[in-house]
Amino acid sequence: MKLTLKIWRQQNTKDKGKFESYQVSDVSKDMSFLELFDVLNERLINEGKDPVAFDHDCREGICGACSMYINGRAHGPWDETTTCQLHMRAYNDGDTIVVEPWRAKAFPVIKDLTVDRSAFDRIIQAGGYISVNTGNAVDANAIPIDKFDADNAFAAAACIGCGACVAACKNSSAMLFTSAKVSQLALLPQGHPERKQRAMDMVAQMDKEGFGSCTNTGACEAECPKGISLTNIARLNREFIGAGLTSEG
Amino acid sequence: MLNAKIPAGPMEAKWADYKSHVKLVNPANKRKLEVIIVGTGLAGASAAAALAELGYKVKAFCFQDSARRAHSIAAQGGINAAKNYQNDGDSVFRLFYDTVKGGDYRAREGNVYRLAEVSASIIDQCVAQGVPFAREYGGLLSNRSFGGTQVQRTFYAAGQTGQQLLLGAYSALQRQVALGNVKLYSRHEMLDVVTVDGKARGIIARDLISGKLERHFGHAVLLCTGGYGNVFYLSTNAMGSNVTAAWKAHKRGAYFGNPCFTQIHPTCIPVSGDHQSKLTLMSESLRNDGRIWVPKKKDDNRKAVDIPEEERDYYLERRYPAFGNLVPRDVASRAAKERCDAGYGVGTSKMAVYLDYAEAIVRYGQIEASKKGLDHASEEEIIKWGKAVVAEKYGNLFDMYAKITGENPYEMPMRIYPAVHYTMGGLWVDYELMTTVPGLYALGEANFSDHGANRLGASALMQGLADGYFVIPYTVGNYLADEIHTKPIPLDHPAFVETEKAVQAQLDTLMNIKGEHSVDHFHKALGKIMWDKCGMARNEAGLKEAIVEIQALKAEFWKNVRIPGSQDEFNPELEKAGRVADFIELGELMCMDALQRRESCGGHFREESQEDGGEALRDDANFQFVAAWEYKGPSSFELHKEHLDFEIVKPTQRNYK
Repeated sequence: MKLTLKIWRQQNTKDKGKFESYQVSDVSKDMSFLELFDVLNERLINEGKDPVAFDHDCREGICGACSMYINGRAHGPWDETTTCQLHMRAYNDGDTIVVEPWRAKAFPVIKDLTVDRSAFDRIIQAGGYISVNTGNAVDANAIPIDKFDADNAFAAAACIGCGACVAACKNSSAMLFTSAKVSQLALLPQGHPERKQRAMDMVAQMDKEGFGSCTNTGACEAECPKGISLTNIARLNREFIGAGLTSEG
Repeated sequence: MLNAKIPAGPMEAKWADYKSHVKLVNPANKRKLEVIIVGTGLAGASAAAALAELGYKVKAFCFQDSARRAHSIAAQGGINAAKNYQNDGDSVFRLFYDTVKGGDYRAREGNVYRLAEVSASIIDQCVAQGVPFAREYGGLLSNRSFGGTQVQRTFYAAGQTGQQLLLGAYSALQRQVALGNVKLYSRHEMLDVVTVDGKARGIIARDLISGKLERHFGHAVLLCTGGYGNVFYLSTNAMGSNVTAAWKAHKRGAYFGNPCFTQIHPTCIPVSGDHQSKLTLMSESLRNDGRIWVPKKKDDNRKAVDIPEEERDYYLERRYPAFGNLVPRDVASRAAKERCDAGYGVGTSKMAVYLDYAEAIVRYGQIEASKKGLDHASEEEIIKWGKAVVAEKYGNLFDMYAKITGENPYEMPMRIYPAVHYTMGGLWVDYELMTTVPGLYALGEANFSDHGANRLGASALMQGLADGYFVIPYTVGNYLADEIHTKPIPLDHPAFVETEKAVQAQLDTLMNIKGEHSVDHFHKALGKIMWDKCGMARNEAGLKEAIVEIQALKAEFWKNVRIPGSQDEFNPELEKAGRVADFIELGELMCMDALQRRESCGGHFREESQEDGGEALRDDANFQFVAAWEYKGPSSFELHKEHLDFEIVKPTQRNYK
């Protein structure tokens, strides 16, 4: 296959950035989307040009590093698929593919397609944990947990922190990400003692980082590579409102 | 003489006794002691959290953009623990025994026993953190079985156990960051260890965004930097997984243990072309129901479904009637290679074998028919029901296969081939996880200690968390108790200045080569040498050739590598170049280690050492030792031996026929 790539090039955070076009020939249908970039970069290096910077690591859809906005969709055209798992058989000879970084105020561009997602870490620091020190835990089977709750907690915990939800959202909201962690811990009895403070603090941090508000459009759920459900946002809203109404001070 | 410092006394009392007598550091002093932790996978994140909880001042480093992305995240299957929740006779002793035997008697008994002892506490800790393990309808934890054991002791969270455990440790770590006990440096890469008077006192790290070198002091340094499978270029490791931290430590005096011990996993999706950048594992559990075969005829180009039953060679069932498709990883991998090398491979590359579910689908379909009480169900119905059962058990794996290959594994057999997955070798450490450099520790896959020559499934997660949560909090205190009078060493100390200068010099050299070939070009060349000559089967002539070829490749790399851009910016090619330079040196040592070990054991198969039927043959009389290599200069390494004593588990030859 022969393809045209229009890729966002931006030297660093301060640079204005622009699209550049590249023709790539001999694209195999068996390649992954990132392997297409490997091929392009190898060529750019041989031509003495600057290769395209992009985040990637595990290349099996679980680390959450890859983050390309492809033809207007976070992680490209396949549902519940990260960029690294997208394969070139999704495209046809002669196609033009536009590739951009995640775009959000809270995710500044570092270079080309690489963005800074450390805001997510700070949201977790605000309360995305259970305060238990190592070494004093009771027996793991001491507290039976309803399988339904455990399964829902797992479904929320499957979030890979890639940021596709933010990129897909017209408001650049981080509600799906934040709600997934709040839900996981609210569904489990271990998370109950801190649930009010957690919901308030994590939402406050989310706002502080500059993410937008949620208008329940659902683009986040539609583009999430792990199928994290919008139900989590409903849970977060319930946790947050409940905390506000019942907390002292 | 290498001293592993195994405590005296009976096996089951060693760790308890050690903990009772180990030196302690009082809380006021802990606040003054700084610990550097490199890597934030299971071992690093758990160690950072646990030490910060104790009150130490911790600095944690990772090259990824977030600590949550370390490659532990990709582990699928599960984590072993001797909980005996199933009442099936499991115990600390059995987990210990299975691990020593699974490692083909090349692991240290004392360490493995401790690993088995703390395994149960890991599960308790993770559940307390909110790790959502799979549960039964009664609300209690679920277990499954894994290779190499006869009990059900594996805890799991769907096919994402590593992700859930890492996120648990990551949360604990982030809590300590919020409390101000840990300072986290993401997108930072450690490029050297700083030693003062023979002790590890800090690191030189590069800020990967600005390109600036930084000096960091620590009273102790912990390397939790994972394995080195990417020396083969293609592996199931993440693209960024590398040996640089461990290798730099090695060059500063830390011995490297059993570098040639690598695990090749039998069920991975095969290479599809020259563009291939990594390989994807298909969980070992697929061998429970799938049958592995190749055509009986060489270069048979018919479609799998067109090859009649009598023209198929179910070679594992043929060679190992007792264990069949469930032989251990090393045996299954070698058998696949043997068939493909002999010309019976399938697919366009001819380097693959079939993993066939057709029979399992029919078998499950018939069970469903019987459950429904239908004696005369049509073949179509049976296949439909069978597919539904298979989808329930293995659906996520089948979907992943379909996404990557574009083929429907419910309709045609999957193509699989072995791939590099894990490295049992690593920095040599004693019982306290300290390397041969005082104050420098290695945890998790980065050390060599617990898996011998072959790791059992679901044991890597166990070891990473054991080291970080339950071992290092005790053992590092034993060292730091004597360091309470050591004031932080100023960063303008000559040792910091000199080490940074050396790091800077290497970066300058790399940038100034301005050669003709990309870093990947050299990495692929190295991978080919390693895979062909130091891969699943090794022999003397091949290894000697490989050493010569690697030395030539090294010379060529330092003459002809091309790195675009500059060093004072975000430059992934420069990062890769440093890592590949270290892989090249490591590759040479791996070949030397494989050459000296003239026996076959676990994942290490020397063609000269096999039984008449082609099975691996261990040589306990001559090789019952850990090979610990000391760096003596370029291409020069000295072998030290740590003899392995087996007080409890008596070595025997493994037999799967």
